[in-house]
Amino acid sequence: MVNLTIDKKKVQAEEGSTILKAAQSNGIEIPTLCYHDELTTSGACRLCSVEIKKGERTRIVTSCIYQVEKGLIVNTQSERVMNVRRLVLQLLMARCPESEIIRELAEKVGVKPQPRFKPDEDKGECILCRQCVEVCEEVVEVSAIGFSYRGADKAVGTPFVEPSRACIGCGACAYVCPTGHIKMEESDSGKERVIWDKTFKMVACKVCGRYFAPQEQLEYIGKKTGVPLSKLYTCVNCR
Amino acid sequence: MSEVNSVEKMELKVKDIIQKYGSDRGFVVPILQDVQKEFNYLPKEALNAVSSHLDVAISRIFEVATFYKAFSLTPRGRHQLSLCVGTACYVRGAPLIESNIERVLDLRPGKTSPDLEFSFDTVNCLGSCALGPILVVDGEYQGQMTVSKTNKVLKKLGKKVKTDEN
Ligand code: SF4
Ligand code: FES
Repeated sequence: MVNLTIDKKKVQAEEGSTILKAAQSNGIEIPTLCYHDELTTSGACRLCSVEIKKGERTRIVTSCIYQVEKGLIVNTQSERVMNVRRLVLQLLMARCPESEIIRELAEKVGVKPQPRFKPDEDKGECILCRQCVEVCEEVVEVSAIGFSYRGADKAVGTPFVEPSRACIGCGACAYVCPTGHIKMEESDSGKERVIWDKTFKMVACKVCGRYFAPQEQLEYIGKKTGVPLSKLYTCVNCR
Repeated sequence: MSEVNSVEKMELKVKDIIQKYGSDRGFVVPILQDVQKEFNYLPKEALNAVSSHLDVAISRIFEVATFYKAFSLTPRGRHQLSLCVGTACYVRGAPLIESNIERVLDLRPGKTSPDLEFSFDTVNCLGSCALGPILVVDGEYQGQMTVSKTNKVLKKLGKKVKTDEN
């Protein structure tokens, strides 16, 4: 165990754990946007920045990545931290002017859009955290989406920006996306689902008749797990 | 040649290249470089072939292929012109040269002429500032460029250049 101080509170954390985790398990709240418990941490949004003190030196670090150290003194609320957080939110707001989640986070700390940061018009709500790409590659294991280009042109999407053959329509990317950039739509009847410009046929549960999953997803699960399709055609509720 | 046939040929070529690198996915970049050398750009079918023979998802290959400016996903011209617009070249008149090339070739930077004769793009510093402004013509660095020198270069490459003088 490692002993450290967060906001004047003496806390203990497991070796290799992060400042963020240590804070959370001690009831200290640090705002996050791109952090996701089950996925490789990307540290993209920088909203979770905190100030640390080692000896006489203080500096700003990203708490979702930075590992706990013995004797570390962490401040999650200092003026310096708040300045960083406000700036991060101003920039995020300029990148994703439509994002409700970012607007709410900004409002909480009294941040308004800044005239000096011209709002982007073509970025949607994507903050390029890569969590969607991670989940698709590491959890679902189909790698249907990725980033393309770089710098100001960097964007998330399917290769060649066309419907992906690999995509099974599971919607995991839309689920993990912190901002809701990825749109997944179901037709009124529920028979179809559209995501990443690809239309999926949904399967109706053999028992209750509810459309519950794309055909391609069930086929993929069947292939991967060896569970016969006939079993998979019953939704989780009815199993 | 039929469409199918040429795709098959492309696949074989890609396979050869990949084998040369021992099918090691660590060599994605050199593999793509060789593929581009072969076809002059990175055709979609070739990228798909790289993906399947290297067993790397096409989404990853696409990331690499779009990340580097040296790769092109669209056919490039027979002649390639890269003009440096880095700070040193810029202050020495690169913008004038840029607009001249744009006018003569009727091409915006980053574009290729419809007849696939010329590709023109701008780069930010080639690391040879002392020679600026620099124009790279088919891989060859040409320093101390001026508007009239570019006209000569373009003429030599077979482009009719209309200038005020003639
Ligand atoms: S789409 Fe969402 S999850 Fe994917 S990189 Fe953008 S913000 Fe992150
Ligand atoms: S939550 Fe730590 S960088 Fe986004």
